[in-house]
Amino acid sequence: MKSLIKKLVEAVGPSGYEGAVRDLVKAEVAKLADDVRVDALGNLIVRKGKQRSDGLRIMLSAHLDEIGLIVTHVDENGFVRFTSIGGVYPRTLFGGRVQFLNGAAGVIGGEKVDSAEKVHALEKLFIDVGAAGKADCPVKVGDLAIFERPMIDLGKRLVAKSMDDRIAVAVLIETLRKLENSPHEIYFVFSTQEEVGSRGATTAAYGIDPDLGLAVDVTATGDTPKGTRMAVKLGGGPAVKVRDAGMLSDPRVVRWMSDTAETAKIPYQLEVLEGGTTDARPIQLTRAGVPVGCLSIPCRYIHSPSEMVDYSDVQNSVRLLVALLSNPIHLK
Amino acid sequence: MAELKEFLKKILSLPGLSAYEEPVREVIAEVWQPLVDEISVSRIGSLHGLKRGEGPDPRRRILLSAHMDGIGMMVTGIEDGLLRFTEIGGIDARILPGTLVTVHGRRELPAYIVQPPAWLLPDDQASGRTVDMKYLFVDTGLRAAEVADLVRIGDLISFAQSPIDLTSDWVAGHSLDNRASVAAVTACLQELQRIRHSWDVWAVASVQEEEVLGGAYTSPFEIRPDLAVAIDVTFARGPGSPAGYNTFPLGKGATIGWGPNIHPALYESFKTLADKLDMPWHDDLMPRMSGTDAMAIQVVAEGIPCMVLGIPLRYMHTAVEVVSMKDITRTGHLLAQFIAELNVDTMKNLRWDDES
Amino acid sequence: MTPKKAATSQSPKIGKAQIALLERLSNAVGVSGAEGEVRKIVMAEIKDLADDIKVDALGNVLAIKHARTEPALKVMLAAHMDEVGFMLVEGEDGLYEFETVGGIDARQLPGKPVLVGKDHLPGVIGAKPIHHTTADERRNVIPVDVLRIDVGNENGKKIHPGDRATFATRFQQIGPSLVGKALDNRLGVTTLIELLRHAPAHIELQAAFTVQEEVGLRGARVAAYALNPQLAIALDSTPAGDLPSWDGEESPRYNTKLDGGPAIYVADKGTLSDPRLIQHLLRTAETYGIPCQMRQPGGGGTDAGAIHKARAGVPVVSVSIPGRYAHTAALIARLDDWQHTLALIFHALQDLTPAILDTDRS
Repeated sequence: MKSLIKKLVEAVGPSGYEGAVRDLVKAEVAKLADDVRVDALGNLIVRKGKQRSDGLRIMLSAHLDEIGLIVTHVDENGFVRFTSIGGVYPRTLFGGRVQFLNGAAGVIGGEKVDSAEKVHALEKLFIDVGAAGKADCPVKVGDLAIFERPMIDLGKRLVAKSMDDRIAVAVLIETLRKLENSPHEIYFVFSTQEEVGSRGATTAAYGIDPDLGLAVDVTATGDTPKGTRMAVKLGGGPAVKVRDAGMLSDPRVVRWMSDTAETAKIPYQLEVLEGGTTDARPIQLTRAGVPVGCLSIPCRYIHSPSEMVDYSDVQNSVRLLVALLSNPIHLK
Repeated sequence: MAELKEFLKKILSLPGLSAYEEPVREVIAEVWQPLVDEISVSRIGSLHGLKRGEGPDPRRRILLSAHMDGIGMMVTGIEDGLLRFTEIGGIDARILPGTLVTVHGRRELPAYIVQPPAWLLPDDQASGRTVDMKYLFVDTGLRAAEVADLVRIGDLISFAQSPIDLTSDWVAGHSLDNRASVAAVTACLQELQRIRHSWDVWAVASVQEEEVLGGAYTSPFEIRPDLAVAIDVTFARGPGSPAGYNTFPLGKGATIGWGPNIHPALYESFKTLADKLDMPWHDDLMPRMSGTDAMAIQVVAEGIPCMVLGIPLRYMHTAVEVVSMKDITRTGHLLAQFIAELNVDTMKNLRWDDES
Repeated sequence: MTPKKAATSQSPKIGKAQIALLERLSNAVGVSGAEGEVRKIVMAEIKDLADDIKVDALGNVLAIKHARTEPALKVMLAAHMDEVGFMLVEGEDGLYEFETVGGIDARQLPGKPVLVGKDHLPGVIGAKPIHHTTADERRNVIPVDVLRIDVGNENGKKIHPGDRATFATRFQQIGPSLVGKALDNRLGVTTLIELLRHAPAHIELQAAFTVQEEVGLRGARVAAYALNPQLAIALDSTPAGDLPSWDGEESPRYNTKLDGGPAIYVADKGTLSDPRLIQHLLRTAETYGIPCQMRQPGGGGTDAGAIHKARAGVPVVSVSIPGRYAHTAALIARLDDWQHTLALIFHALQDLTPAILDTDRS
């Protein structure tokens, strides 16, 4: 699975421009799926199975997109000003390298700051693409870039720029591969534009009209020195989300997920996340309402160029998803 | 009214935090059951009661939406047997220290919200200022080992304040926002047993208003009403809420909303009706959004003409909110009489004032 | 049909009639949630231009001009009718406390004339005389809740809390510029009326004159659901912040520039435009020699933010006419930018075929 993960996390796909990642996923799932389509917002919707009388129509959602930057201005000297696509923290930027969708590369520099303690505000930063002036600058207003950073394999743990949420994309692909017999009609949605407000999942859910929705995404941890206080840690198993800042999971779904994990003896953690949300939010509010939950993969340093996950959590996430989807579901 | 008050006090004594409305929903369903023709629960837990009208098929539909969810808290961490927590819905941390709560663990545990002394807190939480919610604890009085057995991350914490009869008319308690409106809709359903109406009435006790307007976005999609009324509490005048355009005297009538969330023709109809009934009422001006279920209902599918009725309430989002029973029964009466007036021409007459 | 087609292949011109219509629309009062006056003008203008016209539950005007050939692409064009303004909330005898509706900077308010209520009664937002202020006080912004709208005691009998008000600015054409209080977005509304007048024969044109854009894109949400288009374009007004910076240095921030032509959106707070539509607009501009500019990616938003999330999703792009000083008493736009915007959308629609949706969004 590690080579699949490497391929996915090193692909380029900022929100709204997920085509390259989508093509990779398409190639992986082509032989495993019963139906594959792309909708108006670029979501890749992969159906597996046909609903049996004891089955449900289920939507799983892992987002293809990653946070990135977009050019707002090229000045007379060829320096490139930019703004963020998704939740980019300025403190992660200075000195970083970026890769544009058109192939150009650059490094992030900044205006002089009064004190070395200070973090550059976004508008005080610029990308230096090595141009001598505006005329030979290889990018223009509206061009997008992502943070260039190859994956590193630390053995138990993996680090890459877009574990959020390519690790979940890998988990869904692997689940699709391993799932042998299910009473359910399952839509594996590789969604777009999550980082700017789960826009892809909003329309995918409307189109699918599921009986049950599960987002698969990363969540923060509380296991680093003097970090945020949070009862989720790397290596503790997949997290069953109880709530985040934008959504309260359906309590019946939380029970089903934790009971299944316990029965299958898969380690899991309960998650209450106080910032951020996932594709489960819009799915819940789709049409006449959808019971939703979220399986989270614990991840350190989210929205930095070096997001870290634990490989056993990843494998257990696949195991838990397979266990969840293999049998009839009775929410209670 | 005595009966309605007992019902209200009963649902005030039940938990029903956003997304976890089941305990309160069951009791509301029991009371609504004999008042409606059909009762059902939406896919995300809203209660739908359908009382059919006498008009010929296909009948038009009016939806009454009163959210049943209440605010509360949720366990985020367990340290030495003490619980860290976060809020569900908006809570001012200043009302919390010393509050009696119930922790809904493997069994229900009485507990108090406690504030650690200043020397155990970061410098910016010095004594004399508010201690942020993330530094407060819930203490169950139990030892750490027992707490570990009984409580998990994500367990709910609800206010344990039982309802108080302040006067024969005023009731205090938690979750009066918005169980007061559930009581008003119930009063309306009771009155509809005695009067004729041609439209179908869909009474909805909606879920998750305090978090994402969850019920208000979803139930109307399923029901597709021609008109909708959101019933919610509004700000009563009192300590902390002095006279101003957006506060109203307690016990002196319901409020009728006006603003972008409200169809102007519905506003006119309700106003005229309240005057006809010789009922006191106040304009509740909502220049931008109403902060009620109507925000969502109005923009469901192709759009739904909406109205907002308000019941004045003091000390909103504390465990000791106060309402007047009279305002609740008035609201129920106004709704029932409005429903009685709905006829085959209502939609045709629902015009914009620029339409000739 | 053939001769007609030849005649309409030229893009429509902004002439005296269009400017007069813009003037009426800009002077009309249509604060979010109370767009009636604008709606009335729109309804009268389009009654013979569309095949099917309705007003929905929120007050949107939805007008459909059917295609005269098959298969026809269903294209939604949206322009919001509402403007930012005020609602009186409390007071009597002609003096009223008020709230702002939509994004208005409190610094824009003191000392401005306003129009109040359905009868456009004149009023003013006064301020404390400078004589009674201290230097310190003058550095602080006067908060909205201490300001009052004063209509005089006599007219006070004719209005009441709940009434809406706007800046009183009258429309003016000054040299190359258009000045008005509500050019955001009556420019878009007028443009959409002209596009309806010159609708291409091969497209089902769904014109949505929307409400409540300034308070959360609410009209567009239900309009898009009802119309269920295959793709959509939002026509709006966007700030031109191309003023000199205080230190005379080149400013990297301007959003758009006056005289730069129609502004095409790539990314704003609510939308990442469909790249297929961006490319189509850029190609159209190049083919017909129409100047255009990319709006700087960043905040702000248009009806497109609601439209693209309708039902199973709609490819969208926004095109705005640049204007200085949006959401103040006077917005200044250029006639040329307006003309070029009309031309760009007109030709983009003429050249639009269902083939644009053959490839997946990149």
